[in-house]
Amino acid sequence: MQPFIYQRAETLEAAAQAAAASRGSHVEAPVQFVAGGTTLLDLMKIDVMRPATVVDINPLQERYGAIATDDKGLRLGALARMAQVADHPSVRRDFPVIAQTLDLAASQQLRNMATLGGNLLQRTRCNYFRDVSWAACNKRNPGSGCAALDGMNRKHAVLGTSDQCIATYPGDFAQALVALDATLEIAGPQGRREIAVQQLHKQPGSTPNIETQLVPGELITAILVPSAPWTRRSLYLKVRDRESYEFALASAAVALDIADGEVREARIALGGVATMPWRAKEAEAALRGRRLDEAAAEAAAEAAFAGAQTHEHNAYKVPLGRRTLVRALLDAARLEIRS
Amino acid sequence: MTPDHSARPEGRSSPAAPGLDRRSFLGAGACGAAVPLLGAASAAAQPAVAAAPDVRRPLDVKLRINGQDHRLALDSRTTLLDVLREEVGLTGTKKGCDQGQCGACTVLLDGTRVLSCLTLAVMAEGRAVTTIEGLARPDGSLHPMQQAFVDHDAFQCGYCTPGQILSAVACVQEGHAKDDAQIREYMSGNLCRCAAYPNIVAAINQAKSEMGA
Repeated sequence: MQPFIYQRAETLEAAAQAAAASRGSHVEAPVQFVAGGTTLLDLMKIDVMRPATVVDINPLQERYGAIATDDKGLRLGALARMAQVADHPSVRRDFPVIAQTLDLAASQQLRNMATLGGNLLQRTRCNYFRDVSWAACNKRNPGSGCAALDGMNRKHAVLGTSDQCIATYPGDFAQALVALDATLEIAGPQGRREIAVQQLHKQPGSTPNIETQLVPGELITAILVPSAPWTRRSLYLKVRDRESYEFALASAAVALDIADGEVREARIALGGVATMPWRAKEAEAALRGRRLDEAAAEAAAEAAFAGAQTHEHNAYKVPLGRRTLVRALLDAARLEIRS
Repeated sequence: MTPDHSARPEGRSSPAAPGLDRRSFLGAGACGAAVPLLGAASAAAQPAVAAAPDVRRPLDVKLRINGQDHRLALDSRTTLLDVLREEVGLTGTKKGCDQGQCGACTVLLDGTRVLSCLTLAVMAEGRAVTTIEGLARPDGSLHPMQQAFVDHDAFQCGYCTPGQILSAVACVQEGHAKDDAQIREYMSGNLCRCAAYPNIVAAINQAKSEMGA
């Protein structure tokens, strides 16, 4: 691990200012924020991230770590810990898909450490990204190529890829937020702004090193999830190589508003198969106004993966992803919702 | 990770003694790099990042481990795991993968289970650290979870056991040990190469009633 200066930020403004002098995308900045540390320290140990200064933002937790609910929705402080939110009774009852994405991620130790903001910004598990002995990685070293394209790419993405990068976005929680149209409050050197979670991450395109639209010094301070008729009838289905403590091979976050047997609204986001949290609007459109039977679910799944591009070892993700979505939709349709 | 020992004036920790002269003990004293950033009001007058601290200077870190205070001079890179094992001499906490994938290094921070390999020691300041050495009562009698692991033969080689036991104590205290399926799910962050899992589940079931859960 490269030596670094450790600083504690006692205020949001000080944190933003400490990192504001950095240039480039936030993941490459020489000043990095640390909260839970479960991504940053891991990547620093394996030399993938080499910040010169690490700014500890945990002193801000009291102010930016609360969980609040009202009739408009849910407000999650970005420094709330994953475990804390997963166990919150209102989250479990009113936003089950959120609780499930958190429950099914990582281990309880990691969920006790990791914050919501950090979780959204966790970085890919691509083996060629995580091992600096591979020279070719456009994410780590722009312009160097992509070792995964014709390497071992069984776990790589089939949606949102480019000829520069096929690394999978590894998270779960972001899928729930994208499906539920959540927004983020962001504070930074230029002041505060609000964006849709859907706009946070970027497809790799020709700049896989730019993973989000955050600039150096910006911090996610809160996540806002609006209440809607579909938030209670929601779930997360995660398929993986082992039953627990593993990243998704394919996953689906779904939320449904069903009345008189017909789908009034469907919200769908896919994980494990895409380069970013993947909202499947075509699949949503395919369900609207239909009775949710197996044929409708399969048509939606077909639409969700219509643009999939596979590589040597990951073609299985298309049928797996489709079946995952079909099962998630049928399970969600069967949920009994108590008022 | 290899801390830079050349930068450390005192290699070993000592329990903090009242009246200990700070500078003679730490050498670096107040020059450590843990510089609290200034608030917004004063930030206008002074740069938030105070005159570039020297990365070679050790941090002056105070840790409370198993009820005892320790004062250490640490490279900023030092993890809590390495402090426990290499500086304080508490080798019960084990280094397995050292990258957050096996759970062998699990300790409690203010009663919450965390991975000490992914925790910077300096970030544990002001929090109570509990390791396997701190679980038994002062008279030496074992914690119910330790006794349950013995009773159920819940290990073979024993390397993952300290992490398993601390994780299990927290699992029960969190209320996540309601049935076997929940125990397995909430203990999935602790791997056991010997696969003593059935006996670990049995031990947790025994201990949870004794712990009043």
